[in-house]
Formats: sequence, structure tokens, C-alpha cells
Amino acid sequence: MRYLPLTDRDRGEMLEAIGVDSIDALFADVPPAARLDGLVDLPRAMGEIEVERAISGMAARNVAAGSVPFFIGGGAYRHHIPAAVDHLIQRGEFLTSYTPYQPEVSQGTLQYLFEFQTQVALLTAMAVANASLYDGATACAEAVMMANRLTRRRKAVLSGGLHPHYREVCETYARFVGFELAALDPAPGGAEDLGKRVGRDTSCVVVQNPDFFGEIRDYSDLARNCHDVGALLVVVVTEVLSLGAIIPPGEMGADIVAAEGQSLGNALNFGGPHLGLFASRDKFVRQMPGRLAGQTVDADGRRGWVLTLSTREQHIRREKATSNICTNSGLCALAFTIHLALLGDAGLTRLAHLNHAAAVALAERLECIRGVRLVNRAFFNEFTLRLPRPAAAVVETLAEEGVLAGIPVSRFYPNRPELEDVLVVAATEMVTAEDMDRLEMELREALS
Amino acid sequence: MSDWSQAASARPAEDRGADELAVPLETITGNRGLQIEEKLIFEQGSRGRCGVDLADPLPFRPRLGGLERQGPIGLPGLSEPQVIRHFTRLSQKNYAIDSGLYPLGSCTMKHNPRLNEKLARLPGFADIHPLQPASTIPGALALIDTLAHWLKTLTGLPAIALSPGAGAHGELCGIMSIRAALEARGERRSRVLVPESAHGTNPATAAACGYNVDSVPGNPQGRVDLGTLKTKLDTDVAALMLTNPNTCGLFENEILEIAAAVHTAGAFFYCDGANFNAIVGRVRPADLGIDCMHLNLHKTFSTPHGGGGPGSGPVALAASLAPYAPLPWLVHGPDGLELVEHKKGKAQQAIGRLKGFHGQMGMFVRALAYMMSHGADGVRQVAEDAVLNANYLRVRLESDLSLSFPGPCMHEVLFDDRFLKETGITTLDFAKALIDEGYHPMTMYFPLVVHGALLIEPTETESKASLDQFAGVLKALVAKARLGDEARFHAAPRWTPRRRLDETAAARKPVLRWNPEPMDQQAEK
Amino acid sequence: MSGLRFTRDHEWVRLDGDLAVVGITDYAQSQLGDVVYVELPEIGQRVEKGKEAAVVESVKAASEVYAPLAGEVVEVNKTLTANPAKVNADPIGEGWFLKLRPDNPTEFEGLMDEEAYRRFVEEQR
Repeated sequence: MRYLPLTDRDRGEMLEAIGVDSIDALFADVPPAARLDGLVDLPRAMGEIEVERAISGMAARNVAAGSVPFFIGGGAYRHHIPAAVDHLIQRGEFLTSYTPYQPEVSQGTLQYLFEFQTQVALLTAMAVANASLYDGATACAEAVMMANRLTRRRKAVLSGGLHPHYREVCETYARFVGFELAALDPAPGGAEDLGKRVGRDTSCVVVQNPDFFGEIRDYSDLARNCHDVGALLVVVVTEVLSLGAIIPPGEMGADIVAAEGQSLGNALNFGGPHLGLFASRDKFVRQMPGRLAGQTVDADGRRGWVLTLSTREQHIRREKATSNICTNSGLCALAFTIHLALLGDAGLTRLAHLNHAAAVALAERLECIRGVRLVNRAFFNEFTLRLPRPAAAVVETLAEEGVLAGIPVSRFYPNRPELEDVLVVAATEMVTAEDMDRLEMELREALS
Repeated sequence: MSDWSQAASARPAEDRGADELAVPLETITGNRGLQIEEKLIFEQGSRGRCGVDLADPLPFRPRLGGLERQGPIGLPGLSEPQVIRHFTRLSQKNYAIDSGLYPLGSCTMKHNPRLNEKLARLPGFADIHPLQPASTIPGALALIDTLAHWLKTLTGLPAIALSPGAGAHGELCGIMSIRAALEARGERRSRVLVPESAHGTNPATAAACGYNVDSVPGNPQGRVDLGTLKTKLDTDVAALMLTNPNTCGLFENEILEIAAAVHTAGAFFYCDGANFNAIVGRVRPADLGIDCMHLNLHKTFSTPHGGGGPGSGPVALAASLAPYAPLPWLVHGPDGLELVEHKKGKAQQAIGRLKGFHGQMGMFVRALAYMMSHGADGVRQVAEDAVLNANYLRVRLESDLSLSFPGPCMHEVLFDDRFLKETGITTLDFAKALIDEGYHPMTMYFPLVVHGALLIEPTETESKASLDQFAGVLKALVAKARLGDEARFHAAPRWTPRRRLDETAAARKPVLRWNPEPMDQQAEK
Repeated sequence: MSGLRFTRDHEWVRLDGDLAVVGITDYAQSQLGDVVYVELPEIGQRVEKGKEAAVVESVKAASEVYAPLAGEVVEVNKTLTANPAKVNADPIGEGWFLKLRPDNPTEFEGLMDEEAYRRFVEEQR
């Protein structure tokens, strides 16, 4: 067995050294009733050839996004990943290392986490960021819980433009952790008056920018409304690339930012692993969940980094921890850091403009189709259309024609007939003119 | 070569006294051969530079609502050669499984097979979007279903929730499901029992779900004290959270009695599956009376630790808890596999979503490749070799280090710091000296039930030669400690890219990001 | 300082006029290691005897500081925010945490005196 170095001879020698006749003696504490004498009912070991055949067979049955005209967003975006990224993250010292609890032999990890934290803080224009969480949705729930702790209040208001998965995760945590949510209805193209919903018992208001329907707004007034009553503004960003083009949450008065970083450095991966980003004001840092890499010096006076403020975390505070989180999204954070190091300001801005330009071009073409109406006043690389017939069926038809047209919102809101005709379409730098031609053609066909 | 190194090679190690532990002559650069000092990207980059060639967009009328970002962001740009060199140098400062034995107890630092990486990167898995129509991703659903089948068979439990992002998230899933089941019964219980030796995520999770945590002491044999447990088990207890084998590396031999007591009290039996590597393929948790168990795909099932993540923490569930599993569910519908994403039909009582999308697909592919590579016979061998390796180290080391609990262990062995008594050397010092010898230290100061704990888990992917070498080094270090060679331990580590770092300063005045010096804001590189 | 009384959780308290000054003992600070952060209560906050009044954090541990007497917090040692190391350097003096107005000053007499605390600590070792 290729991954097991022990030979039968080794095993024999070791059993003898231990002083037992067989390996079964070392399992003597297992109650006899629970001992499996035979093998579990699963196939036996397979060589690489067979494993590869079996698993690639499953992969081959899927339509890869890159093989067809592709316009799906909704919190996960298809972007170009420079070849260098995947090579670097596969270096064994990154791939197979552990959490940097022994900083003297983990400076590689700790330095890139420090760089990552800085990048996230700069992108979001916030003071401090952590070393990543599982994904944007859990980051959002953690943000609400952090706001609850900071304000000592238990009621959060969620915008109707928040990604439905993020709202659902918040609802699950609210039920079991014990706090309240007031979630507004989704209203594509509509205006929410969140300011009116903020009171002295509100811990935070959660908005998304661009929102689930792609709309971009200035939340500076809302931030003021919140602060006037001692509440916090949480801004969610599901397309981190948008921060290369639009005003960041920190400049709008956000107190906490919860975001999804998958767009940089990380493939779609069918939804996981992705990359939760989390940032806040400086004064809130001790209430921040997750790991933090901090700068210090070593015994020789050299600059280095360590995990710090760990006493907030589960392994020390146990019941009183800020969160039960242990694992972060390390390797995904590294991929993000590498990609963003390659891009820099210039590259990020250009990439963001390529995305926006593609979306603008596509929106202009599609809104010319009879019966199709563009909902957005503004958008980055994703926008919302109202179609003359139910979007789910249209998407299905187009899929059969080999075009992945976008997301029918009814998938998230099956009980809202008023959203049946709503389609969310994304266009990134990966979309070609030919792709747009195909989409336009197939959509016209499906709607005629 | 510096003068110091020449002198060192001329004289045997034993002849060098304490005065020679002074720091050797520094190099001009501060580099030490292959260990290269590397600045932050912010100290090397240039705002105009870019390592990705992107086309200019064709002219367009922006529709950003007048909310364009103004001013620079402050991200440095580096060319591809610079980036490759930067991160390569960083990687060279890290210890990893690929470098050597990583004996971290309860982390299961086994080899990460490269086939897993190849298969996870197939476009049919990496380049598919979670919201694609089901007709375009049947193979993804098939893979998830196959993984689910393997995990259910190995645990003996009939249902599995695959979405939790890591072990702690899985614990949350389990405790939430338990609470939902109790609420459905019309019961409100307020306590969760957790052994003293438990990992910190256990009480943190229980407290997060609104439970009061009641600690159960261990008995002199290092297991849960059954008598005390029984006195604490009443109708106010929602669950017992147990790790088995426990964090002392011992199998809870009274587990059937424990399960019976828990169930008699109407409570649920949650198992933290971090240590599943000891029993996988030889014992099914369901047969131990467990109702709910999270698995760590990044431990038992070899998905890479990646410097701290990502992980994946699926939760196997008994029939009593299955209705409460979080969304989405993958079910066998009339037209084949389908994702149930809303609380309807059989999923009416699901606790809702715990994460965006469907779970850590990238880790599912890797874990399934691992399981198929081993098969039913291979996973059984994994558990046996893991237990064999740990016991081999136990007998090689028990006369040098102080074994906390006499007798055989499972896949990990626990020592405490009694062997360092009166040496003036702590567990921490000992571990730092081990670093100098080229090893990542074992888990230290955990579990909390013994003083100065050293928890060693070699895993099954270590050869006998590797174990012999490791044991030899530990024995030699113990000998040095006993001989009063304090300086070696207090000065350690000396050969690493950084020596001991000032964690106090880091916590007192946290510096959590790079900031430009005020002067540099004007000067562009 | 004979005016000190002690708790089993290693807090000390001394009377200062009608106020009680509270901190952690030398034994406590040595067990904690380098103190990195102190979380102090709000002025005006009520604390109950034996319940959490403050939190003290070191690199490796975070510990509750319990109020030895019930009462209202009237002053906190703000200098600990900038300089938590004072707790290690001078735990009984400059490292004081808070001053409270006790509900029931006679409770002070019921606490361990210096000698009893010294014996208590010996037993711990």
C-alpha cells in the first residue's frame, strides 16, 4: 500500500518490542460487541490508475464553466487565476504545514498571513483584518455576533439585498446562539429604508455592496444613522474584486466588513473551499473572531511574526471564547495573497475595469431584447434582469443549448412569485464577445 | 565559510562547552545559506508594476452610480519572478509534513497524497459553479453521494451532513441538531457535559449554543469517571460531548456504559471525531452508541492542513437526529440525485444553513481519492499502523519521559513533565530544543489534565526508521536535560529562521498589519 | 501590608476610607505570566461578591477577576490599559484594578488575612 511505509517485518519487530502477540491486543479496550472482525462493506484498495479512472469519470460528467459561455455569479465568480498561484500554493511547505503555533518554524505562513491581513485591510479601507474565516456567509454571521457582543444588544437588521445564503446562515445562528433578526424582503430595483429600522435596541445593520442583485449604493448616511443610536454598520462584499472599482466600506463608515475572497486566487470549486474575509475598526480587535498574525521581534531583535491575541480563542478561553472557530482558510488566503501581489493597485484596477466593461457591454445588449428590462441603476460585474417569463425555465432551456445564463432568483426564493421572472447575470474578464453573442442569441430565441 | 563553522567541524560536539553557545558570526546580509531574509511585499512592490498582463478595456460608459473608488489602494505590484521568489523564500522558512515527522497529538499529521491534489484540480470539479443547473453537474453530486456513502459506512450512522467547514463548525452542527431534536420533543435542557480533557472547541461550541458547560473529571486511568458522569446525568443534560479515543490517547473502555447512561437520561451522545484515525475500519462509532460525530477530513482523511486550513467537518448522524441536518441535503429523487436547498418535505425540520453553498467540495474530492486508494482493507491497516506506531514510541520512550497513564495507548501517547523535575527545563524549553534537532514539537500543554503535557501522534505514514530516529533524539535530549545542560534548552531554538519571539510584546501592542512610514507615503519606489 | 485581605481566587482587597481597592496577588500574576491586557468594568457598574468584575489576559491564559465584596465600581485603574505590565511589576501597589464602594464593609473582615492566604498558597504549590 503506497502510503503505508511499514512492512510486515517492521510490524513484527515492533509488536515484539511492545510485548504483544498481535495488533488486536492493542485494541483490547474496544468492547467486544463493537469490534469489527472483518472489513467494512466498501471496495478494497485501488491503485492510482483505478482511482483516477473512477474519480475523473465523475468529473467528466460535469460541464466545466470554462467550456461554455458562462454568466453565473451569486457569490462565487469565475476569474482568471495566474499560473504562478497554483504552483506556489502546492509547495509542500505551504500545502502540508500546520497552523503556525510554533512561530520559529512557521515564519513563512505567518509572514504571508500578515501580508494577507494588510491586503484585506487596504482593500476594505478598514483598520485591521483577521487571517480568514471559512467563507463569506459564516463571516457575516460572525460579524453579527461580534456586533452583538460590542453593543450588548441582540437585534440585527438585515438588508433584503443580502445574499440569501448569508441571511440563512445568520438565521441558523440567531436561532441557536440566541439573538434576533429583522430581515427585510428582497426588492430588486427597489429602495429600502433601513435607516427607519434602526433603533436603540439594534446591534447592527447588515448591508451588502454590491448587493445580491448587483446594485451599488452609498451607505454613508446609513452609517451615521446607526452610529447616532449606538448601532454598528456591517457591510458584506461577496465580489471582492469590486473593491478595485467602487468606494470601499471603510470610507462609507462601516464598523465591520464580512466578505468573500474567492474571486482572487481561488477557483469556483463547486462552492468550497472559499475564503471568508473579516475586518473591523481598531478598537474592536479584541472582539474579533478567528486568528490574527501579529508583528514582533525575536531574541536576536529581528522582526518576525506570531499568532497573537489568542486568549480570545477557543483553545484558551474555552466557554468564554469569542467564537468556537479553530481552522481558517489558510491555503485559500495564500492564493489570494499571491494573486493580489501579482496584481497590485494597477492590475487590480485594470481587472476591475475589465469586469465592469464586460458587464456594461452585456447589459446594453440584453436590455435591447424585447421584454427584457435591466433593473439596476448601477452595477459592477453583475446585474439583474426582469424577463417576460419565468427565469428558471429560461435558464434550463439555455443550459440545454450549452449556455450557462445566470441565476434564476426563484432558486433562492421559491415562495415569492414576484421574483419568478428575475435573472441575475454576471460577466467577468473571462467572458468573450463570442460568449455574449451566444447568450444574446439563445436568450432571444428562448423568449420569442 | 565563517571562522566559527570551521572551528565547529574540527571539534566533536561533546567537547564544546556552554560558552560556545554564543551566536555565531553574522553574515553580511543576515541570510544563513538557504535561509534568506525576505521583506514584506509592501516593502518591495511598486504601484505601477503588475505581474499579470491584462488587456485594456474597450471604451465604455461606467455605470457605477458615481461611486468610483478614488485614490490609490496602496497594494504593491510585483512581477512574476519577484512573486515566485518572494513566496518561495517564505515557504523555505516553514516546517511541513513533507519536511519531516510532525508528531502533533490529535492533529493527525499524516502524508498528504498528491493524487488528491491532481484530482481536485480537474476542471470538472474545480471549474464548476455551485449554482449551475443540476443537469450540468451530475458528476459532482455523484462524488458527494459516494463520499457520503463511504463516511456513513465507516461510521455506521445512517445520515451525514456534509456542509460544515471544519471540525469546530461540525461540532456546532451537531450541538444545534441535538438542540433542535430536543425542542421538537418539547424539551428544554440547559447543560452539556464535557470531559476535563476535551479540546477547547467543545466547551466553546456548547456555550455558543446557549448551553451551560459542566465539566466531567477523569479517573486515575485517564478515562471519563463513569460514576461522576452518572451523578451529573439528569434530565437537564442535553448531551455528552466525548472524544474517543480521548485526548490522552486512550480508548474509553466504558463507552457502552457511558452511552447507555446518556441515553437513559434522554440525552444525546456526541463524539468529537478528531481521533478517528485510531479506529477507522476497526470500530464503527454507531456500534459504540454514538448519535452524532463530526469527522475531520483534514485529519483522518488526509486533506492537507495548508498552514491552518481549509478543512472540512462533515457530521454523521443517527436516525434520531437526521431530520435536523443542515441544508442542503443531497437526496435520491425520482430523477436521480438532487440538492434540497429549502425546508420542505422531508427537510421541513432541517436547522437551516450553516455555510454558503454546499460544503467543501475541494476537500470531498481529496478525501474520496484517499479513501478509494486505501479501501476497506487499507483504512483498517491505517488504524492498526497508527496505533502500532504510537505504542512503539511509548515503549521506546517510557523510561526516559514520564508516561502519564500506564499501559497501552491508541494512536497517540501522552507524557507529562515530571521527567524534567529539578532540571530547570520546562516542557516549552524541551520542545524548542527539539526544533533545533529538526523536528516540529509534539503538542504541548494539552490536554490540561496533566502538567506540562507532551502529546505525540506519529500517524501511520511514518516508517519504523523515522520513529527510531525520533525516539533516539528524544532520549538524547532527555539525557542532556538530566546532565544539567540547561543552556541548550533555554537558548533554543538557535538554528531556525527566527529564535524565540516576544509574544508578550505582540499581545500588548498588537501590530496586525503593515503601515507605510509617514515619509514613504511621498516617496514612490 | 497588614491591611490586606485575600480571596481563594487570588484577589486582594484593602480598605481605603469608605472604598475597597481590589487587585490580584503576586502569586496570581506569577501564574499568569506576562499580563498583556486588562478588561476593566464601567464606572457605576454593580459587582456581586464572587462574580466577575474584570478580566486579566496574559499570552497563555485569560482569567476572570472576581469581586471580593459586592458593591458599586467608583474608579478603575486606567493606566493598566497602556501599561498592563504594572500588574506583574507591582501587583499589590500600582497594579490595582478597581475601587468599589462595598454594600457591606463588614464582609471585609470575613476574608482571609495575610497569614491565612500565605498558608493557602503553600497548599497550592
